[in-house]
Amino acid sequence: MNYHWNWWIFFEPSLDGTNTYLTTLFWGLGWTAATAVVGFTIALVLGSVVGVARTAPIGWVQTSGMVFVEVFRNIPLLVQMFLWYFVLPEVLPRDAGMWLKQFPNAQFYTAAVCLGFYHAARMAEVVRAGLLSLSRGQKMAGQALGLTLPQTYRYVLLPVAYRIVVPAITSEFLSCTKNTSVGIAIGLVELTGTARAMQENTFQVFEAFAAATVLYLALNMVIVFAMRSVEKAAVIPGLGNRIAGRGR
Amino acid sequence: MSMITLRDISKTYGDFQVLSHCSTWVSKGEVVVVCGPSGSGKSTLIKTINGLEPIDSGDIIVDGTTVSAPTTNLPLLRSRVGMVFQHFELFPHLNIRENLALAQVKVLKRSKDAAMEKGMALLDRVGLAAHAEKFPGQLSGGQQQRVAIARALAMDPIAMLFDEPTSALDPEMINEVLDVMVELARDGMTMMVVTHEMGFARKVANRVIFMDRGEIVEDADKDDFFGKPRSERAQQFLSKILVH
Repeated sequence: MNYHWNWWIFFEPSLDGTNTYLTTLFWGLGWTAATAVVGFTIALVLGSVVGVARTAPIGWVQTSGMVFVEVFRNIPLLVQMFLWYFVLPEVLPRDAGMWLKQFPNAQFYTAAVCLGFYHAARMAEVVRAGLLSLSRGQKMAGQALGLTLPQTYRYVLLPVAYRIVVPAITSEFLSCTKNTSVGIAIGLVELTGTARAMQENTFQVFEAFAAATVLYLALNMVIVFAMRSVEKAAVIPGLGNRIAGRGR
Repeated sequence: MSMITLRDISKTYGDFQVLSHCSTWVSKGEVVVVCGPSGSGKSTLIKTINGLEPIDSGDIIVDGTTVSAPTTNLPLLRSRVGMVFQHFELFPHLNIRENLALAQVKVLKRSKDAAMEKGMALLDRVGLAAHAEKFPGQLSGGQQQRVAIARALAMDPIAMLFDEPTSALDPEMINEVLDVMVELARDGMTMMVVTHEMGFARKVANRVIFMDRGEIVEDADKDDFFGKPRSERAQQFLSKILVH
């Protein structure tokens, strides 16, 4: 293989003239992290609402939840990204469309919202699974004490359901973080985007993507360790202490 | 005065008739035991009283309120009727004190301190004050069921419903729960109890209802029921469970 290795490339100025390639990679990492955090926050909130809706004893609420899930998890993420970014501003009324197009950092917000909705559909299924794993008697017990149905969800069902599905939430958060790379398709300058720009400008493809690989791994390891402490905090004494018992 | 009145209650699950034309009542301060073979509809019947199981036809009146009327504030009604379940149904993520306080604070709007104080007094009454900081998963079945009774009592209910409160318990724990219930009955609590514990029925019941295939087959004073049950099905049932 006739490849000219040059690990010093990271310290050379990038095309913007002021920052080194290393700095641009870290900026990319920053955008990746920001997109992941904002996107997953949306997914967590929206997914919880939809997951609850899917278990609600009201027909039309259940149906709307189901439609949301099937729409947003069955269209490829890349296509959704294009729909949000290129198609949505065109189909909206003219003023709203213009407002969207001129929005500062439009790529970032679009990618975050798009990821938010996509992962909300998947989070909804996770939350629903958690709720369905509880016995029917828990809901009855809450209601028998005079709690309203929303109060029963808020104080009885969801706190236990979330604790049960923490591991699944962790893996959704990880895949949401990895999926931020799809943002490159609408011009979001996140980590994959900066690595690719570096490769195109320097032809140092191995160095560029080696850096991206390491940075993605590092970011997701941070998430894994952060979620591990959430898992520990979520253990219910006397109930399923598998995690605590692993002896870390 | 009748605290709970059931008039001609019927309910079907698809083609299956769970309850058919059930009528009975529970007077203030009365203890009524409901027994019958499994699948006879007794658990469903008791859950219709606080609206946990909807009914197809009939009327249920609790302290003057018609349960199935669309205008009825079900959460309010339920907060006034205590219920104890076969599988305890304590909230696993809350410790015992919090289990007792939750509905007092959220439903009755009591202050946290008042709710905790009331909870502790009731835990003391069921002999579990020392376990207040534990979680349900750290208690035995009998202890959990006593906590569940205390949790229901914390709402100052006008009546208590028990749905097979000892069926999920190991034999050596049944009595600690029954003792609490006997004491409750002797304090004048209005109670409806679905149970197979005929010893409990003999000791404190005023009336015994025998159900089979969704019907109330026999509804008699305790002494009449145990002395000379009228229906053949009740006789058979009694002979099966009283032989030992």
